[in-house]
Amino acid sequence: MLGFVVRRLILVIPSLAGLLVLTFFLIRVVPADPAAALAGENATPAQIAEIRHQYGFDQPLLVQFGVYLAQVARLDFGESAYSRRPVSVDIKQRLPATLELTLAALIFATALGIPLGTLAAVYHNRWPDTVLRILSVGGVAIAAFWFAIELQLVFAMDLGWLPLRGRLSPGLAPPALVTGFYLIDSLITGRLDAFGDALRHLILPAFTLSLGGLATITRFTRAGVLDTLQKDFVTYERAQGFPAGPLIWKFVLRNSVVAAITQIGLLFGGLIAGAVVVETIFDWPGIGFYTVQAILTADTKVMLAITLLIGVIYAFVNILVDVVHGLIDPRLREND
Amino acid sequence: MTADPLLEVKNLRLSVRTDEGVAQILDHVELTVARGQILGVVGESGCGKSTLARAVLGIFPKAARIESGEIRFEGQDLLALSDADMTRLVRGRRIGFIPQDPYLALNPVFKIGAQLLAAMRWHAAQPTSEAARRAELVALLRRVQLPEPEAVLERYPHQFSGGQRQRLLIAGALAARPALLIADEPTTALDVTTQLEILKLLQALTQEFGVSMVFVTHDFGVVAELCDVTTVMYAGQTVETGPTGAVLAAPRHPYTQALIACHPDRAAALIGIPGQVPSPLAPPPGCRFAPRCPTAADVCRRRRSRLVADAPAHGVNCRLADERLAARQAGVGA
Amino acid sequence: MLILVKFAKDKPAVLGAAIVLAVVAMAILAPLIAPYPGDVAASHLLQRLKPPSPEHPFGTDNLGRDILSRVILGARGALMIALLVVGISMAIGVPLGLIAGYQQGWLSQTIMRVTDIFLAVPQLILALALAQLMGPSLESAMLALTLTYWPFFTRIVYAETRRLAAALFIDALQCIGAGASRILFLHILPNAISPIIVRATIGMGFTILVAAVLGFLGMGATPPDPDWGLAIAESRQYLPEAWWFSTFPGLAIFLTVLGFNLLGDGLRDIVDPRLRRSR
Repeated sequence: MLGFVVRRLILVIPSLAGLLVLTFFLIRVVPADPAAALAGENATPAQIAEIRHQYGFDQPLLVQFGVYLAQVARLDFGESAYSRRPVSVDIKQRLPATLELTLAALIFATALGIPLGTLAAVYHNRWPDTVLRILSVGGVAIAAFWFAIELQLVFAMDLGWLPLRGRLSPGLAPPALVTGFYLIDSLITGRLDAFGDALRHLILPAFTLSLGGLATITRFTRAGVLDTLQKDFVTYERAQGFPAGPLIWKFVLRNSVVAAITQIGLLFGGLIAGAVVVETIFDWPGIGFYTVQAILTADTKVMLAITLLIGVIYAFVNILVDVVHGLIDPRLREND
Repeated sequence: MTADPLLEVKNLRLSVRTDEGVAQILDHVELTVARGQILGVVGESGCGKSTLARAVLGIFPKAARIESGEIRFEGQDLLALSDADMTRLVRGRRIGFIPQDPYLALNPVFKIGAQLLAAMRWHAAQPTSEAARRAELVALLRRVQLPEPEAVLERYPHQFSGGQRQRLLIAGALAARPALLIADEPTTALDVTTQLEILKLLQALTQEFGVSMVFVTHDFGVVAELCDVTTVMYAGQTVETGPTGAVLAAPRHPYTQALIACHPDRAAALIGIPGQVPSPLAPPPGCRFAPRCPTAADVCRRRRSRLVADAPAHGVNCRLADERLAARQAGVGA
Repeated sequence: MLILVKFAKDKPAVLGAAIVLAVVAMAILAPLIAPYPGDVAASHLLQRLKPPSPEHPFGTDNLGRDILSRVILGARGALMIALLVVGISMAIGVPLGLIAGYQQGWLSQTIMRVTDIFLAVPQLILALALAQLMGPSLESAMLALTLTYWPFFTRIVYAETRRLAAALFIDALQCIGAGASRILFLHILPNAISPIIVRATIGMGFTILVAAVLGFLGMGATPPDPDWGLAIAESRQYLPEAWWFSTFPGLAIFLTVLGFNLLGDGLRDIVDPRLRRSR
């Protein structure tokens, strides 16, 4: 098992290397004059020349790349033109908010999607299946930003059941910083008031974010279970008197989720992108919001750092997916 | 006074709805298994023997319907039981199943121990401890000649060969000490040497555990080796049944006679039976072998399929048997 | 013919086809069927933010424009963006996939590595960054979307080409001296058409969604375009009172994308009989 994980880790390196080269190209080579791009619109020629020298744009490309790699290794991404703080500090502060949102959405989508997909397969071609299939197709057709606005309209504005925006109500102090996840930190430090409040704020954004994933996971689980139900060993287990409950939910399901797990992995990446929109609408102080700000203000250093961050996250999620595949299906662990 | 048969299938008619129409897969099929007996069900591909075997367990294809008939097992009509009751009381517990393809029958993502012990837990007659069941399973695995049984429990199906997997399946079938085993061509997917080993194993085990067996196969050689009694099927009808020796040495139904005659071990040249097996979508009326039978007569097309006593414990589904019976009765009467 | 019959049995697919046809008709006939075609640009401040009524079934927006008309007119922009993006992505991605699948050497590897990298970055983010780089406008949004969508076609065509290239009939063709481009375009491509069509249909829906997001973020269409995403962005400050302002354009997006997705699914089920079991 360990060898399997190590082999996967090694395969990640070329992709990450490619990503580093690509981002370097985008920032140094694509703009005709990177110094001007960094200096901003109102810089004087003297300021631009100063920046060119300061950043070493007058050095040969290979030297620049080396410098770049060293900076990345130190997690030094420079300073954000917008917030005037080191980018790495900004990201460290905001990343937990996005992770909390994304994980909540993922957990919800999986916890609901897998059972629903299984039910759809078990009631194949009867009304529960038809309803779930329509909901699945509908779920991916909904524009997240629109759905978020409609949810706000109904639950926050009209009914007033849930808060409109943010992670916490304005008057409330956030829990002491341990993980950056408000739900965890408030429980650890015994702040139950913060826990309830943070949870209420999490509901609408997480639900919006989870919709596409819920639909996809339901679909793929359904397909996987239908496929498995045709297999010989299921007939055999029925003939051997396996009770219907454990038969479906344990012995069939484990065979059916491989495709769904792949989707969950892909989903994680999609959720990061979706967080961009959801955070913007709900004023959620995460890196999605930060990214949109950076793009709208042409804050290139931030965009670069975010791109690298997303690339790394993707790479590791892919490894995780492979590992889980290996855990579920022992045949995949053998020589690949 | 013979003891009550363990399993009695009477007049079973089963049809399947397909895109092209309704297929009459089983037509008035009859089957009897006595306690301690091994019954071979033999016939060509598509004659319905597998369907019959699985029907006993209540495993039907999706669009299948039982039109009439009775399946009496240990005195109870299985067709009257709900699926839930069949699962709880009969399957795996009173009747064990040995499937055809050992490569596909085991769940690939669970350890052997996990799969087999789960079944044992559900079918335990009295409450037992996990450790006791484990010990029993290990003993059983040893009995089916699998080396290092303790280690076997921790492995996955893909780590075993076909013959080993078949032994695992046999162990699984016997785990709950059923009264009857249904074996659906369990040696077809194996090479000849392994086939022989498995057959010998089955023979020994049925004796030792005192279980009866219904053994489905298309191979007369296997039947000769293993089975006490043989039932021959053709196109969804049971055509002949009797002690294996008698059926093979002196077959009484035209189909069985033709089949045995053209067996490569017996025939001088490679000949077949002229004609083709009818499709279950459009079966000939009455006796389904009539279109190909050298002794067919008009009455064959009207005759309802049923086994007629032709010799001691030897039933034949043919108008010739009717006539012989009538002759004997007339002779007695006169 | 048999294919049409099979398709007709699949109710969700037929629904999808009906929706798509309706939207296409709406886009083509927009100036004729919109009750107030002038509301593309005109404003009637006296009638701003009126709720739905017989004269304005979808209500009016912040400049008094009839929302029903703007929704109908918006279909044009949405479909055009989608057609152009998907069309050009196909034109780029399909040949690349064919070449990468047919060759075995470094060219193939390079193409696929580049494809992988493009696929690794979330489409929305890449599109946003590119749109920003080129200045926000409809054209840059389309260009950005095209540059992020072609890899999907390449990947599918690559897989199909690899599969087909291993087939015996290709060997036979090579034996009688058929050239590579002849083999690729006359023999392999026709066999790979089906997954391409499915992907293109689903891509239409997907593009409309992402284009709407770009419009919403101000990176695509600019006022006074009747863009659906833009309308929703404009509606935000007038909520919750003017609920109709955000709801109807959003429903238009939803139904259109739903239509394309259902149609794409239906096509996939006809095209790939292996997948029919999992329906």
